[in-house]
Amino acid sequence: MSASLDNLFGIHTAALDLWQRRSEVLADNLANADTPGYLARDIDFRKALQSASGQGEGLALAAPTSGRTIDPAAQAADALAWRVPTQPSMDGNTVDAQVEQAAFAGNTVHYQASLSFITAQIHMLRTALSGDQ
Amino acid sequence: MSLFKIFDIAGSGMAAQSLRLNTVASNLANADSVSGSADTAYRAKEPLFAAIHRRELGQPRSEAEAEAGDGVRTVGITESQLPVQSRYEPGNPLADADGYVYGSNVNPVDELVNMISASRTYQNNVEVMNSAKQLMLKTLDLGK
Repeated sequence: MSASLDNLFGIHTAALDLWQRRSEVLADNLANADTPGYLARDIDFRKALQSASGQGEGLALAAPTSGRTIDPAAQAADALAWRVPTQPSMDGNTVDAQVEQAAFAGNTVHYQASLSFITAQIHMLRTALSGDQ
Repeated sequence: MSLFKIFDIAGSGMAAQSLRLNTVASNLANADSVSGSADTAYRAKEPLFAAIHRRELGQPRSEAEAEAGDGVRTVGITESQLPVQSRYEPGNPLADADGYVYGSNVNPVDELVNMISASRTYQNNVEVMNSAKQLMLKTLDLGK
């Protein structure tokens, strides 16, 4: 276990951030399911997580331009992509409600998985701190 | 915490769909309305939706945030341009000089389809809101 204090939960905090951001994007797609010309979007999770964990191409820590901290929303937005529609629609809307709903449900499970990993880590640390009591 | 933003997004979707249900109810209620001239006859109404981008809401903190969506809004209500039906009913008190009354151009089949579509999308938004609420509650329980 690598328990340097500022990196207790490893990749899971960044993953949590991204799942949260993705659920926002998917919620936006579902809210615009009947908007003419709206193009559905999604986050390329692999790309976003690579850049969050510093394994992506380019610099791991982009210099913050305006804000005080690194903006996870901005990192995630770099990985925002348009969804490729499975079937055309007359009003140019590319939201497929079933696809979005499935993605949202999957995203919820992933979010909870990340939460479970963090909880397990907390339990482990608590056990280590309290000894065998 | 950006999960709160999902409430706004899903809320805007629910508001838009309930407005759509409202127009459907109005159209169905007025399907048999008659009028004394073609200009004043009831025409089927339908809301026009557009995506909200954060840029329109004020100062985005970054270019990425400006691109991010923020729900849906109604830009206006359109009226169907289909011709209205005219009927010869000289006994009708609303009839014009030639004895014609003008009905609505509401197509009940269109309205029922709209109603089903609106209620499904409304349900989708409710589900999104519920999921976001559950995730927030689970996040509060973190480490227990």
